Amino acid sequence: MHNSILHVQDFSLGYRNRAGDLVSVLRHINLEIRQGESIGLVGESGCGKSTLALAMMAFLRGGSEVISGQIDFHGGNLFTLSSAKLASLRGGKVGLIPQNAGQSLTPTMKIEAQLTEALRLHSNVPSKQWRQRAIELLQQVRLPAPEAMLARYPHQLSGGQQQRVAIAMALAGNPELLVLDEPTTGLDVTTQAHILELLRSLRLEMGMTMVFVSHDLGAVARISDRIAVMYAGEIIELGRCADVLRTPAHPYTQSLLRAIPRLDAKGLPPSLAGYPPKVGSVTQGCAFAARCQHATGQCQQDAQLLPHKEQWVRCHHVGQLPASNTVVSHLVPPTKQNADTLLDIRELQISYHKPGFFEQLRNRPAPVATVDDIDLTLKQGQTLALVGESGSGKSTIMKAISGIQTPSQGQIQLQQADLNQPVEKRDRQLKRKVQMIFQNPDASLNPRHTVLEILQQPLRLYFGLNNTECRQRAAELLQLVRLAPHYLDRMPGQLSGGEKQRVAIARCFAGDPELVLCDEVTSALDVSVQAAVLKLLKELQQEKGVTYLFIAHDLAVVKALADEVAVLYQGRLCQVGSVEAVFGGYQHPYTCALLNAVLQPDPDHAPQLCGDDTAEQHPPAQGCAYQRRCTLAEPRCRQATPPWQQVGGNRIRCHLSLDELSSRNGMPMLIDAANF
Amino acid sequence: MTAITAPVATHPNSPRWQQAWQNMRRSTSGMIGLAVLLLHLVAAAIGQWLAPHDWTLQNGYIMFQTPSTEYWFGTDNLGRDLFSRTLIGGKEAITITLLGTLLAMVWGSLAGITLGFIGGKTDEWLMRFVDALLAIPWLLFLLLIIALVGQSGLTLVLTLGFFYGIAVIRVVRGATLEYVPKDFVLAAKTRGESKFTIVTKELLPNVLDALLVEAAMRWAWMLLAFSSLSFLGFGVVPPTPDWGLMIADNRGMISIAPWAVLFPALALSSLIISINLTADAFAKAIGLDRAKAPV
Repeated sequence: MHNSILHVQDFSLGYRNRAGDLVSVLRHINLEIRQGESIGLVGESGCGKSTLALAMMAFLRGGSEVISGQIDFHGGNLFTLSSAKLASLRGGKVGLIPQNAGQSLTPTMKIEAQLTEALRLHSNVPSKQWRQRAIELLQQVRLPAPEAMLARYPHQLSGGQQQRVAIAMALAGNPELLVLDEPTTGLDVTTQAHILELLRSLRLEMGMTMVFVSHDLGAVARISDRIAVMYAGEIIELGRCADVLRTPAHPYTQSLLRAIPRLDAKGLPPSLAGYPPKVGSVTQGCAFAARCQHATGQCQQDAQLLPHKEQWVRCHHVGQLPASNTVVSHLVPPTKQNADTLLDIRELQISYHKPGFFEQLRNRPAPVATVDDIDLTLKQGQTLALVGESGSGKSTIMKAISGIQTPSQGQIQLQQADLNQPVEKRDRQLKRKVQMIFQNPDASLNPRHTVLEILQQPLRLYFGLNNTECRQRAAELLQLVRLAPHYLDRMPGQLSGGEKQRVAIARCFAGDPELVLCDEVTSALDVSVQAAVLKLLKELQQEKGVTYLFIAHDLAVVKALADEVAVLYQGRLCQVGSVEAVFGGYQHPYTCALLNAVLQPDPDHAPQLCGDDTAEQHPPAQGCAYQRRCTLAEPRCRQATPPWQQVGGNRIRCHLSLDELSSRNGMPMLIDAANF
Repeated sequence: MTAITAPVATHPNSPRWQQAWQNMRRSTSGMIGLAVLLLHLVAAAIGQWLAPHDWTLQNGYIMFQTPSTEYWFGTDNLGRDLFSRTLIGGKEAITITLLGTLLAMVWGSLAGITLGFIGGKTDEWLMRFVDALLAIPWLLFLLLIIALVGQSGLTLVLTLGFFYGIAVIRVVRGATLEYVPKDFVLAAKTRGESKFTIVTKELLPNVLDALLVEAAMRWAWMLLAFSSLSFLGFGVVPPTPDWGLMIADNRGMISIAPWAVLFPALALSSLIISINLTADAFAKAIGLDRAKAPV
């Protein structure tokens, strides 16, 4: 089992910039991948992990060139192969599963055509058996009703199903090596867990070698034998999965692992200072030195990747660092108790359906509303998190509160003010009080405005400030989000992801809001930056007393930041309660399924899968919203809407009694945090 | 040209426009185009003081003189100096079409961005109306209007500006649709910004690239249209020199005195080609893919 299949030797890659200088993307990578093993490439955006993975298929992005070294596949240098041989290698012996399956499948071709194309090019299967083999492949990736699936188009499949089809296509060529480029990023928690389990079992069945690229240490922990941690184009730590995750030796790995919010820890994780370096900006010395608390003058020189205990580490100070298994102090901020109610949502119903003229004539019943029967209250200075898979109506509720989507029924009130009216009809004070921060700062900041112009807009709109006042106030706002005033004249394109999100937060606080709607504010950010942004949000809350309505798909982030949690499925509430109650007390079957699917950066943690991950298009017309996927569903769940059951502040909407819920579901798996 | 340089002034230190200029300088054809274009603009601006002869003075004794050291481009059917007339012949055309382009861009882009932003039924119906307007043979319509209202610079600016604005609507609306679903527009909406602010502050800067290139192309087309009108006798009132009019006046004698047609035609085509070259280089310099630009 120990013969090498792929050998990366002293591999450096770069491209020439406009000025003709060589910008290095990968620096002296040495990596040997053994037959049948699964290796995880981990790192933050821009660290070169995808570039390395694609180079393993001899695929270089346009304009880049190999500076030194080579990559051998079965002993032969990939970069000396003829293009015909490369073409048969890719998709044949080396398969790629891309990040976004939805975009990698051809939208105008049926699944059958795409699979047969893969079979025609990369397998020896005779053409008569293509259909048979395609069905087998779809069965292999556990897609229900494979024959019906063949006749569908990619857009008719859910994200998880698309990803499974992409895996089936990669399997068509019977690959020896499978390169997976962030295969589960962007999928729901439950779907992600299912796909990872599928990949694990496929590996056991077929003995494939895998290169798994991800920024998510939880996903990597689940699937890899060995982990290579990358930073600024270098491998800084390499070792067995359990060793790297339990006893990380490099300061970067240590702080990265600490910065990940966990379900089993209280409060906010400690954050890393600074931002990851820009591609090619570090040419000499340790790339992490600028953010490392242990950095000394020695770090200005290049460090070697040297063995240390069980793993390989690139650090001058390895072994001399203070023991890292000291108890990590998580920030547990106090929350305001007994505050007044700020936001009150009563029997909210939102429907995107607009009956046409003829439908009105025929008097057809309207389809089931997208979001229905939402009752929520939010106290001043607290944080309420909306949790659920994509399509569960979280964003729709936020749109209704912000006045973009008018609710069809129900009441939304901000203290005495009526939020049912669309944003144009609200008065200036009310507009000012409700502000929103978006998921992706790349999209939410106008690329043609300077930071000053971005911050000016709310200042002008709400306070009518003139130019000099605006500049003064904008500089103060930047200070509020810990950015220096010289950022005022920069364009968003010149900022890093974390800096952009800080500007977006500053813009939101420009209006001095009372209610801030946060839509997945950290999901587009790197882990090391995420912790800092979460900390900033919490500090701003304490400073300004604002109230957050928070959407997140990462339950660990929710646990770290929120006071109250509302679990949504298909636009209906399943459970509402305090963080402690929802995460640790009685649970709705759906809450339980969500929590069990969470991945932890822990080699021993295994997600438990409840039911399947088939996405639903419409909520059921009657009964419990979760009836179709619930493993505990009974006939009464299909007929009657379940009643609310209440224990303390914990409301659960289920037909089963609380005793039954606790005994059947079991408590969520709480595993001790990895001690490091 | 003012349409292209104006935004540079509003972003004095913006590295984006500096970068665009750096890129543009690398394009040989773009620089040639820009040089010729500037030459034309200078000629139009100060040509009347540079002209060696009186451009309205008729002299029956020197009709259809061949080009010589005295009359560089020869003389025309009324014995007027063709060099002086060609030098000034673009002034009227450039002034009126520049104003017309400006008008077309302002109303066309505002209407286009607004329609793209509003969307829905209003957009649907108004775009069908725009399609209907585009189906009108504009030259005939222009002739009708001029015949009704009379021949004046203002009429030409307004009518040309109106008709060319219609085509701009389509292009700008197409460019806008790409940005309307972006989060920064949604952010402005949730902030409660007025529709006017969203159109002018959020969307306009993003479609400005497409708009500037479009403006240059429209200007070139409008110059041709204006010269066609002059050729037909509906543009400039004689004796003011104008290329289209000069070609019309001398075309009967093309076999005897080809230079009388050739030089104004050369002047007109060199101006249009230089605009096209400059616009192409500019589009490439700001990274706008002409192949993808909706036309």
